[in-house]
Amino acid sequence: MRVTFTANGRRVEADDVWEGESLLFVLRERLGLPGSKNACEQGECGSCTVYLDGEPVCSCLVAAGQVQGREVRTVEGLADPETGLDVVQQAFVDAGAVQCGFCTPGLVVQSHDLLRRNPRPSDNDIREALSGNLCRCTGYEMIMDAVRLAAARAGASGEVSR
Amino acid sequence: MEFLRPATWDEALAAKAEHPSALPIAGGTDVMVELNFDRRRPSALLDLNRVGELTKWESGRFEGQEGEVIRLGAAVPYARITRELSAQLPGLALAADTVGSPQIRNRGSVGGNLGAASPAGDAHPALLAAGRDVLVEAQSVRGTRLIPIDAFYVGVKRHSLEADELIRAVRIPVADGPQQFSKIGTRNAMVIAVCAFAVALHPKNGTVGTGIGSAAPTPRRAAEAEEFIAGELAERGLWQSGALIGPAATRRFGELVAAAASPIDDVRGTAAYRRHALAVMARRTLTWTWDAYTHSLRSAA
Ligand SMILES: Cc1cc2nc3c(=O)[nH]c(=O)nc-3n(C[C@H](O)[C@H](O)[C@H](O)COP(=O)(O)OP(=O)(O)OC[C@H]3O[C@@H](n4cnc5c(N)ncnc54)[C@H](O)[C@@H]3O)c2cc1C
Ligand code: FES
Ligand code: FES
Repeated sequence: MRVTFTANGRRVEADDVWEGESLLFVLRERLGLPGSKNACEQGECGSCTVYLDGEPVCSCLVAAGQVQGREVRTVEGLADPETGLDVVQQAFVDAGAVQCGFCTPGLVVQSHDLLRRNPRPSDNDIREALSGNLCRCTGYEMIMDAVRLAAARAGASGEVSR
Repeated sequence: MEFLRPATWDEALAAKAEHPSALPIAGGTDVMVELNFDRRRPSALLDLNRVGELTKWESGRFEGQEGEVIRLGAAVPYARITRELSAQLPGLALAADTVGSPQIRNRGSVGGNLGAASPAGDAHPALLAAGRDVLVEAQSVRGTRLIPIDAFYVGVKRHSLEADELIRAVRIPVADGPQQFSKIGTRNAMVIAVCAFAVALHPKNGTVGTGIGSAAPTPRRAAEAEEFIAGELAERGLWQSGALIGPAATRRFGELVAAAASPIDDVRGTAAYRRHALAVMARRTLTWTWDAYTHSLRSAA
């Protein structure tokens, strides 16, 4: 089947999509958007997190046909071509929150959503928001640092990207 | 495989009638795991995401139910239940907040939990505790059937829907007293319950509702425990006085809850542990709800 939707503000079309295929597969294998990672395909790790109509979801658990006509924003859609990395992305780089990097795209999207809704999260808020994102490298401390840093910078200079 | 994409509820019912073996998909948090791992190859998927009514809830009065009722659309995601219905459905809102992770709660729904009918589903204990008059609104092209929650679960991962039926909504009486939900797991997120327990006080009709999760082939009510504690509260005039229930009756309640379960040993825990944990959760949640009730009595006085 054919699926048409908006990805990162652009209208995209995928052909010959199998009816049981996930949004994650379509993004990575058919649309050249490999930012979202496939690590578990069962909702456990959060590395495939994308925005669907403004809500972060596991793209491995969304059937491709379900996004027909809807809006998807992936980690590729957070950076601004003019001004560069989003404040959350820059904070992950600066805080050293990235080791192998496999978990990073999902954590960045999920942290971005947290700061959009709650610009001054407590440590508990951060842990709660990231409880569905697994990282096997960092031990999470640097990730906590990155989100705190992003919150501080976003608070000083406006906010995370819209 | 076909992908059926009804735009309206009537179209969805017509599609289900025409393709009874089509698998409904709402949040997809159960269905997609089965597809991704090749555990299931339905002849068709029936996507419910475009049917707007399913993600709405309304409050009102309905035949066969006393007082104010929330008619919860089958596909309202857990995150919204916690955000929007904590006052009206506190037990379900608490249970919803323990499901999976934020991403799962943005998609997963009570309709999906009922459709999967897993004994470990977290909505079930809260729905059972909310009262015997909680009704699952099943619809088909033939009409509407209101299934009492106690009759909905018929076996391990089996429910009482007919092949041409879909869940339109669940009708849940608005809480008339404190409610609690408690769940055992290895961490605070992303946990399939080792076992779970929900309790709801119903001061209006002098009953106490319970629900047990993950400790029997189906979610189930601890009927004897409910009768015992309701008798205790009535005979001792506790609804009026707001005095302490006391350790003897609280302990007995916990024992009866544990006795109502028929747990098994599995990878998540042993049967003995489940019984023990249920008794502890039952005692604690009863105490929490009773404390809240007596507090509300005192502040009303
Ligand atoms: C990582 C992860 C963690 C999880 N954690 C928990 C947890 O902590 N607690 C818990 O209870 N569950 C948990 N689950 C399971 C799942 O999220 C829940 O069962 C959820 O309620 C399913 O809702 P859904 O809308 O995603 O259902 P779907 O996957 O869309 O559907 C589930 C079943 O219900 C049927 N169905 C859906 N809607 C209808 C309808 N309107 N009428 C008739 N049938 C319908 C489908 O055909 C299917 O059989 C978890 C799942 C994952 C992937
Ligand atoms: S790949 Fe989707 S949650 Fe792990
Ligand atoms: S950096 Fe390797 S999994 Fe997180």
